[in-house]
Amino acid sequence: MMDTPTKTPALVEMVGISKAYPGCLANDSIDISLSAGRVHALLGENGAGKSTLVKILYGLLAQDSGSIHWQGKPVDISSPAVARELGIAMVFQHFSLFESLSVLENIALGMDADADSDLRNKIITVSTRYGLPLDPDRSVFTLSVGERQRIEIVRCLLQNPKVLIMDEPTSVLTPLEVNELFATLSRLAEEGMAILYISHKLEEIRKLCHDATILRGGRKVATADPREETAQGLAALMMGSDIPKAVLREQSKTGKTLFSLSQLNYPALDQNGISLQGINLSISAGEIVGIAGVAGNGQDELMQVIAGEVLAHLDDAISLHDSAIGRQGAGERRKRGLCCVPEERLGHAAVPTLSLTENVFLTAHHRKALRIAGLVSYRRSRKFANEIIQRFNVQCNGPASLAGSLSGGNLQKFIVGREILQAPNVLVVSQPTWGVDAGAARAIHDALRTLADEGAAVLLVSQDLDELMQISDRIGALCAGRLSNFHQTSRVTVQQVGLLMGGESIDRQALNADSGADA
Amino acid sequence: MIALQRRAHPSRLMGYLAPLIAFVLTLLSGLLLFALLGVPIFEAFHAFFIEPISTVYGLAELGVKAAPLVIIGVALSIGFRAQVWNIGAEGQLILGGIAGAAVALYFYEVDEWFVLPLMILASILGGMLWASVPALLKTRFNVNEILTSLMLTYVAALLLSWLVSGPMRDPDGFNFPESRLFHDAALLPRLLSGTRLHIGALVALGVVVAGWLLLSKTLLGFALRVNGAAPRAGAHAGFSQNRLVWVALLLGGGCAGVAGLFEVAGPIGQLLPNISPGYGFTAIIVAFLGRLHPVGVLFAGLVMALSYLGGESAQITLNLPLAVTGVFQGMLLFFLLATDVLINYRITRKRQS
Repeated sequence: MMDTPTKTPALVEMVGISKAYPGCLANDSIDISLSAGRVHALLGENGAGKSTLVKILYGLLAQDSGSIHWQGKPVDISSPAVARELGIAMVFQHFSLFESLSVLENIALGMDADADSDLRNKIITVSTRYGLPLDPDRSVFTLSVGERQRIEIVRCLLQNPKVLIMDEPTSVLTPLEVNELFATLSRLAEEGMAILYISHKLEEIRKLCHDATILRGGRKVATADPREETAQGLAALMMGSDIPKAVLREQSKTGKTLFSLSQLNYPALDQNGISLQGINLSISAGEIVGIAGVAGNGQDELMQVIAGEVLAHLDDAISLHDSAIGRQGAGERRKRGLCCVPEERLGHAAVPTLSLTENVFLTAHHRKALRIAGLVSYRRSRKFANEIIQRFNVQCNGPASLAGSLSGGNLQKFIVGREILQAPNVLVVSQPTWGVDAGAARAIHDALRTLADEGAAVLLVSQDLDELMQISDRIGALCAGRLSNFHQTSRVTVQQVGLLMGGESIDRQALNADSGADA
Repeated sequence: MIALQRRAHPSRLMGYLAPLIAFVLTLLSGLLLFALLGVPIFEAFHAFFIEPISTVYGLAELGVKAAPLVIIGVALSIGFRAQVWNIGAEGQLILGGIAGAAVALYFYEVDEWFVLPLMILASILGGMLWASVPALLKTRFNVNEILTSLMLTYVAALLLSWLVSGPMRDPDGFNFPESRLFHDAALLPRLLSGTRLHIGALVALGVVVAGWLLLSKTLLGFALRVNGAAPRAGAHAGFSQNRLVWVALLLGGGCAGVAGLFEVAGPIGQLLPNISPGYGFTAIIVAFLGRLHPVGVLFAGLVMALSYLGGESAQITLNLPLAVTGVFQGMLLFFLLATDVLINYRITRKRQS
């Protein structure tokens, strides 16, 4: 009886769900059923309709047609409150947290509970049990993306749900934390919970999930047993065509040093920020250097200092082409060939309420001559926007679309494309594929490689180790505001990088000897 | 059942239509109100909207009232776009009036061409000086500009009151708290003889065009808009927030200062203890009614000016209370806020599933 899982009565079943938005059919008569004790993967590229489907299940959207059955009975999930009452909880990809409130207060608000010591203790219990360390009294605005996600996960687990929806929960966790989370999820499933797991990480899905439903273009195209499929096979189902396997980056020939940081110190911007201490790094032409690290170890600060959003205290702490730029502003640095892609897409890399054309002008006007006689040239900006849209296959309604209307992956392709097509000498990118589907991630990685092959220096700050191992030539890690030594990526293992992320040094561990070390 | 459905894109058409719809709804509600009060609606409509602008003089008065509202409203809307909340335009207006009047009185009876330009320059600097205090406090000490600019308004009013009853009082004025009447070279040229319409109306049109060019065509205007919509994106692009705060406040101060001078050297012709019926505050409403867009501000300024004139006219011919003006202004604002929803949403008929 236990071994006939397909016969397990469904806990929740969605039948013939359709949902149309103006101009697109997001869900076209989709069936999916979740059973107690099973982890069900929902796979699909951005825009495949995954979010719409789970939002319907969680009561955030109403379906145009189709029905939902809870333990065999039809239900009308008209709001998230109804969903929660039934026992459905959801960890969102984009967080809904109040910045000025504490972790405790945010969790209390989401649960309609009081922010008392009772809840505080529960938070501490759950967060330690599942390896999601959280200080209940920290204000949310001081937390990094990774830490914010932990709040969402803990908030859900506190509700003891019967169905748990997880929208790409592992993007910001270290391999160790992922393993711990998987252990937790497996345990929860064994205890009888049904888990709907959305991820683009195919290996993860193969490791964790019992069933998989694959969506493409709003339709259900296949169901599969992920444990019996290869990652390649799943990707092919998801993307509708066979994709070439990622080639490990060949060690390219490197030229002269283009960009360097020397003894860069920067004090924390607020009491919960991280101080950068004695950062040394140099990157040569043609090289991709990766910086690993768990969120909140100084990545934000490093990006801000490099981009010029805050100025270094010493001019020669940062140099580009042998000239000191530490005291130059962001605009001047761009003019000289240093372009950056910050982690946060909306509100930092792009203005959500402005069009793509205007967002092109935002950072490209220095290098692309988008001004004529001092005035904004919308014609040239539009032309450049169109070029980006075509070269990077950005799905949108043309350059007049508002940046905020694009899906995460498409906006990211647009932003990365905007910087790359400015032909920078040095490109610094943070988390370029966070929340981006496999196809878009591949396109972004290829573009970064091509840029390096053409002689630019690329610095990649990321929490995705697979990504770093795949495309960087040298790798190091940021831990508590200090940068580790750097090593040839081909000579270190993921576990060794994990040590670097924890602030240890590989050399002392005498793994791989000194051969790979390269300060 | 009627439901609101989010549009894929904000409707550009509705952006233009919403204020018109709001105006029509205000009109209908206003007439309904009159009907309920037992006032013949045609006469009320005529008194409020037609009579004030049925004569050349009335039209000129509309221009006289709208000019300062538009000049200040445009400058404020540029600042508001950048999330710089200059609430003290009234004070900056007063300082502009004082500075301009000081030049006029210093060159009393000097019949030279340079007197008026010098007055204008002084008024701009006066307004800017007043606005630079909140700018300095904001950029150096992160003091909220809403509070400082507002509080300085009262300082300005008291300063004016002291000046007209002390140093700038008319020596032959029987101790009345007012300055000498300006001589002709210190008065604004009139556009139409027999009316009070002065060149300020033309300047207002120029300010509308300049403001539109600044916001839509220049890097500075772009930076101001980005700073308002997403400050971190502005920092990422390399725009200095402090510089934008200075620009926004000085622009507001300069324009308010000129508007103050235009009152003093235009319809009034001398410095009085009270030189503005609250134009600096009303301009805030005008800026928002005009959707923080210079062209919108032009129309909003005219509508606001008309509501003042209409209120007076309805008071005279129909014996209605002056509060009618406030009711109309309030209704207009509410209807506008309501119809704004149509920019991002469309009305659909929802099917029951």
